[in-house]
Amino acid sequence: MPVARTLRGIGRRTIDAVWRIGLATRFFAQILLYSGNSFRRFHLIVRELFSTGVMSLIIIVVAGLFVGMVLGLQGYETLKRYGSESALGVMVALGLVRELGPVVAALLFASRAGSAMTAEIGLMKATEQISAMEMMAVNPIARIVAPRFWAGVISMPLLAALFSAMGVFGGYFVGVVQIGVDEGSFWSQMQAAVDFRHDVMNGVLKSFVFGTVVTIIALFEGYDAPPTAEGVSGATTRTVVTSSLAILMLDFILTAMMFGGS
Amino acid sequence: MTFPKGKLIAIMGLSGCGKTTLLRHIGGALTPTKGYVKVDGQIIHELDQAGLYAMRRKMGMLFQFGALFTDMSVYDNVAFQMREHTDLPEELIHDLVLMKLHAVGLRGTHSLMPSELSGGMARRVALARTVALDPMLIMYDEPFAGLDPISLTVVGDLIRRLNDALGATSVVVTHDVQESLKIVDYVYFMANGVIVEEGTPDEIRNSQKDWVRQFVHGEIDGPVPFHYPGGDYRQDLNLKVK
Repeated sequence: MPVARTLRGIGRRTIDAVWRIGLATRFFAQILLYSGNSFRRFHLIVRELFSTGVMSLIIIVVAGLFVGMVLGLQGYETLKRYGSESALGVMVALGLVRELGPVVAALLFASRAGSAMTAEIGLMKATEQISAMEMMAVNPIARIVAPRFWAGVISMPLLAALFSAMGVFGGYFVGVVQIGVDEGSFWSQMQAAVDFRHDVMNGVLKSFVFGTVVTIIALFEGYDAPPTAEGVSGATTRTVVTSSLAILMLDFILTAMMFGGS
Repeated sequence: MTFPKGKLIAIMGLSGCGKTTLLRHIGGALTPTKGYVKVDGQIIHELDQAGLYAMRRKMGMLFQFGALFTDMSVYDNVAFQMREHTDLPEELIHDLVLMKLHAVGLRGTHSLMPSELSGGMARRVALARTVALDPMLIMYDEPFAGLDPISLTVVGDLIRRLNDALGATSVVVTHDVQESLKIVDYVYFMANGVIVEEGTPDEIRNSQKDWVRQFVHGEIDGPVPFHYPGGDYRQDLNLKVK
């Protein structure tokens, strides 16, 4: 009975998905429960901030610069049709601060830092380092997972802000320095049109949500990975795919809530 | 199965017979469906998390391949439990770490990373980490696996000496018959999750049970079959009988 088999398959996958969402939620609750220890020993978070945030700087800076340069070029071509080249600064800044900064930085963060977190924790599990820690009466959620979680949550908005800043600089370089848009109107229109609370803070809020979600997915996939080479590689792939889809889906929901109809 | 204080006990048996599962029960990583494990007067699976962690501080476990923390130096690996569970000043931790490393003959490696150690050295560093807080019960999961003959003798000798020096109780899960029979006080043989033989090393060497004889002497013929159960061989090869 192919129909019955298909239905069984769909049912099994649905149950698995719900089961994993439940496990991930419990995992998140445990992280919050044991986070106090991480803040008492803040050096653990600082160490993870280095590997999560500082080590992502190059990809964020370079990507931000090029995205801004492309925005400058494309924006100029479009605005020129309507004789509004002077609004280039506004377009670049709003595009970056509201959307591209948080979203692209989060996608890059998931690919670089998220996959590294999953692989590291998955390998620690495969080589029994997590079991060893448990046998030493040290809670691995408190010692390994929670510091990484807070490092991800803290570094993501900072990376997104840096991405946007570099993007604006890229747009300025192409629009003002290369093409010759008026520098005064580029900056003054940007300053007048970009609202700190409505645009910048909403962008920061977005990146905070993305940082939380990506880090949780990365840590859960690593912690839940089967302790084999295949298991760790599969978990790393799932981190990037699931995080990317979650970012794009959440971006739509958050954008509709923050800017829909405004 | 009882492990008296001060004794070094070996658990032997084929892969999959439940040896490591037994260690995991002792450490409280698994909950038994039947029966119980009692350590120092307390039933392990009845302890809450705080009680279990308090109990684990009195235990040490050496994992099969050491399970050293790869992002920490040898020094930090050995100091790990001291920093986590005590308020000792760093100067004292420094001296204790070097003493533990000296006991396993690797004081000179304190600044190395685990990736810079050989398999035997990693096992000895893990041993120093295991006994960092002088546990009353030390568990060894296949401590001899993959070691060269010299390292094997060194690790075996260390297990015996550390057990005696600390006055601890040690449980060694192993396949290595010759090395373990040289150092242990008592042996349990397991098969399919149950004890099939027990005794002193001499009693085990002279055991007349087929299963034990085959295992101790490494014989091909015996109750443990060479072939994993499968279908008819001729049928698998598509051969027809005339």
